[in-house]
Amino acid sequence: MVIIDVIVTLFLAAGIFFMFTGVIGLLRFPDFYTRLHATGKCDTLGEVLIIVGLLLDHIYYYVYLLPEAPLSVKLVPVKLIFLIVFIFLANPTATHAIMKAAYKTGVKPWKLGEERR
Amino acid sequence: MIEVFLAIAVLIAFTILLSLYRAALGPGVFNRVAAVSVIGTKTIVLLVIIGYYFERPLFFDISLLYAILNFIGTLAFAKYLERGEVWS
Amino acid sequence: MKGKEGKGKGFGILVTFCAMFLFWLLLSGIFDAFHVIAGIICSAIVALISHDLLVKGKGEKMLSKSFRFFIYIWWELWQIVLANFDVAYRVLHPKMPIDPRIIEFDTSLRSDFALVTLANSITLTPGTITILVEPEKGKFWVHAIAKKPADALLVDKTMQSKVTDVFMEW
Repeated sequence: MVIIDVIVTLFLAAGIFFMFTGVIGLLRFPDFYTRLHATGKCDTLGEVLIIVGLLLDHIYYYVYLLPEAPLSVKLVPVKLIFLIVFIFLANPTATHAIMKAAYKTGVKPWKLGEERR
Repeated sequence: MIEVFLAIAVLIAFTILLSLYRAALGPGVFNRVAAVSVIGTKTIVLLVIIGYYFERPLFFDISLLYAILNFIGTLAFAKYLERGEVWS
Repeated sequence: MKGKEGKGKGFGILVTFCAMFLFWLLLSGIFDAFHVIAGIICSAIVALISHDLLVKGKGEKMLSKSFRFFIYIWWELWQIVLANFDVAYRVLHPKMPIDPRIIEFDTSLRSDFALVTLANSITLTPGTITILVEPEKGKFWVHAIAKKPADALLVDKTMQSKVTDVFMEW
């Protein structure tokens, strides 16, 4: 068992843990604004960790160990890095847009002591 | 290493099933839009993992495209719900 | 249609064309004559039609701003990891200690890029999400999930001071 396998499994396990936390927060929180807190933060980081894990696996097995691979296999890390940058910019913006729409339409925030909605 | 990828893909599919509960139940339209955006985000990761599992490098491009589509779809929803029209 | 005259317009078209062509080459990986010529034609059409979406005006001191922005990104990645441990603690605790409230404050930032950076940083860090931004006066409305993150924005003001140091807009 190579050391890179252990590192990749750690990244994937951490990513899945944060995704589960995000979805449990979506089910458990009592109000719309607090649910967006859970998914907007945990989803983004969980995704990025999983894709970083896959990127490390690809760089070790397909670029470092096989130097005669075709160029389109060696350029896959560029696509994955672009996907990571795009997710970091796009997910908070979409969260903010839907929260602004809810605030202007008049959805009332939840204070401590009220019932669930 | 391939079995670890398959296990991660099954766990992601399970979280998609859990967030369908909020998409069906959530009182009002805003909870449903948030749940659909979450499902779209998880589909992007699922496509990359399937691309590694079945050894088809075409799926990375498809996941990049779907990330852009999901973002623009959520923005269009938010704009429509705020103003009543998308493009004046 | 209004646009920048003379030097600004040509510079915008050139930067857009170079960025689009670089992405074409990096994402396709095939370098024979047909694909490269098709890439040049498509990049030129896109650069001519929508060059004013990417480059807005001329900025001064761009090099030092980019260098400080690069250093700021690494501090922010560490804050993102801390934020998610905080949210995980609040979700998985059996009593769910949340106490949500809406706060508002003023900043001294006026340019587009600085406002977007601060709004994204507030959304990605522990316990706060931006609701509304007013671009003329620099006012922010923020939804906070407990008292401690709200105080970190209202009383300490660490994040606002770091962003104004990057963009030099005191």
